[in-house]
Amino acid sequence: MRRREALLVAAIAALRPDRALSAPVPAQPFAMAEVAPGLHVRQGVHEEAAPENQDGIANIGFVIGKEAVAVLDPGGSRADGERLRASIREQTDLPIRYVVMTHLHPDHVFGAVAFADDRPVFVAHARMAAMLVQRGEFYRNVLADALGIEEAGDYAKPDLLVSDTASIDLGGRRLQLRAHSTAHTDNDLSILDEQTGTLWLGDLLFVDRVPALDGSILGWLRETKALRDVPATRAVPGHGPTVVSWPGAVAPQERYLGGLVRDIRAIISHGGDIEKAVATAGQAERANWALFDDYNGRNVTSAFKELEWE
Amino acid sequence: MRAIAAVLGLALCTAAPAWAEEDPDARAARWADLKHAVFGEREVADGAGIITLEAPARAQDAALVPITVSLSAGGGAGPGKVKAVWVVVDGNPSPLAGTFRFGPAADLRSLKTRVRVDQYTLLHAIAETEGGHLYAAERYVKAAGGCSAPSTKDPQLAMSRLGQMRLRLDGEAPLREGEAATAHLLISHPNNNGMQVDQVSHLFVPPRYIQDITVRYGDELVFSLGADISLSEDPVFTFGFVPQGAGPMRVDVLDSSQAKFHRDFALDVGRS
Repeated sequence: MRRREALLVAAIAALRPDRALSAPVPAQPFAMAEVAPGLHVRQGVHEEAAPENQDGIANIGFVIGKEAVAVLDPGGSRADGERLRASIREQTDLPIRYVVMTHLHPDHVFGAVAFADDRPVFVAHARMAAMLVQRGEFYRNVLADALGIEEAGDYAKPDLLVSDTASIDLGGRRLQLRAHSTAHTDNDLSILDEQTGTLWLGDLLFVDRVPALDGSILGWLRETKALRDVPATRAVPGHGPTVVSWPGAVAPQERYLGGLVRDIRAIISHGGDIEKAVATAGQAERANWALFDDYNGRNVTSAFKELEWE
Repeated sequence: MRAIAAVLGLALCTAAPAWAEEDPDARAARWADLKHAVFGEREVADGAGIITLEAPARAQDAALVPITVSLSAGGGAGPGKVKAVWVVVDGNPSPLAGTFRFGPAADLRSLKTRVRVDQYTLLHAIAETEGGHLYAAERYVKAAGGCSAPSTKDPQLAMSRLGQMRLRLDGEAPLREGEAATAHLLISHPNNNGMQVDQVSHLFVPPRYIQDITVRYGDELVFSLGADISLSEDPVFTFGFVPQGAGPMRVDVLDSSQAKFHRDFALDVGRS
């Protein structure tokens, strides 16, 4: 009901001829899935960042405890973050005490600006801080170019850095945080909601959308193997459906990454070079993934560089 | 509305950032300036039929852009024989990526390496012949951010591997004395150009990069390379050579910290 009212308000505001002079149009909440009690997920679209999607391409969400709310990835842009915040306020008035950033990629964290006024604790993998210095400006430029400087948003400097494990308490609801070895990136953080056995994986897990490698292919396979033992029955992937069964849903990703390793090792052992690998490795998986052609060549390049030094 | 890639990021783009150099006239002017800076008043002729340069139109990774320089007629003969090749990445902060000088043990048909590319740019490869003529080939590459692209994900591993080398032969045919063969030389070196950040201190890493590489077969020079900060991290070179005698393939590397690395690769060469 509240959602319908909000939509109506937004629609009326959009029709007003003097809207440029009136108060800003309130951010419109998302249609979100409550994948476990109190755990809400907005599904990202399988597209690249563009003004039409406001870089809302990743799965983002929040968890509500008895005393506070934690945001799990604040979104891909200012607008994406503002809409996520509006979605939270549709559900609860509890304070937003934590904003957890699963890794530095812009589609997951550039909505952080929308939560600045809540003064939450921004949480990230310890290695994300170095990556901010390294790549922050580059990401800002790329996203500003895609969406416009005002719309792009920004990441937040993390306050709580996790180098191994940590937990945060939302009041009767504990989230276990785990900093991973280099896998999808060198700063992947996973979150286990103990109460519901739900594992929030960020981009450690891609479903349907082709995985993007920005870390270590062997490391990613090792980390996912270890994650299979986590006591969870369901998981939220960084891209794909809002919820999948765990650990079964990781099998296609393991098959894709494992296939790349096999293909590239075979090319290297026959004296082949990186261009040959880009043209052929992983192609058997082409029909299985969205955006395959946009990322496979890059994944192969990155994996080749890693595997030629085995 | 064009879809805009690269927001998932990595330091690589598959669509034009607004700050990229898109104006062909500006690119031509840049090349004219560089040409003058490197070669002075010497004429640089169109290299069609003599030298070609291949590179992906869109780089998969701007920090690792594979390039192939091919020389027609096996590099020529007499005064037309190619003795050196320059590689220039016009848009990079330090555009002259490397100068290869070839010796008697070289097979000149083709040469590959990997470079960093900082923005949408022209690449040039220029051949110099024994007779002193210069011929240029050109390629436009869409890539950005390669110079500040992060160094290795694992700095400890990189330092423990510093200076290690590997040599792989192309294909599986056995080597024969006097017959040209192709090898891949891998050198582990972070090639920091001063634009990467340390993972622990969050400070910029001082530049440390490979300056000179010399590859000999036995006592004969295959090639020497004078390099600069535009080579990729852990650079790889694919080159032709003609084995005469027992070898070994001898590789010497000098970096900007004056560290020297040496490796002999024994090769099994059959008689024809």
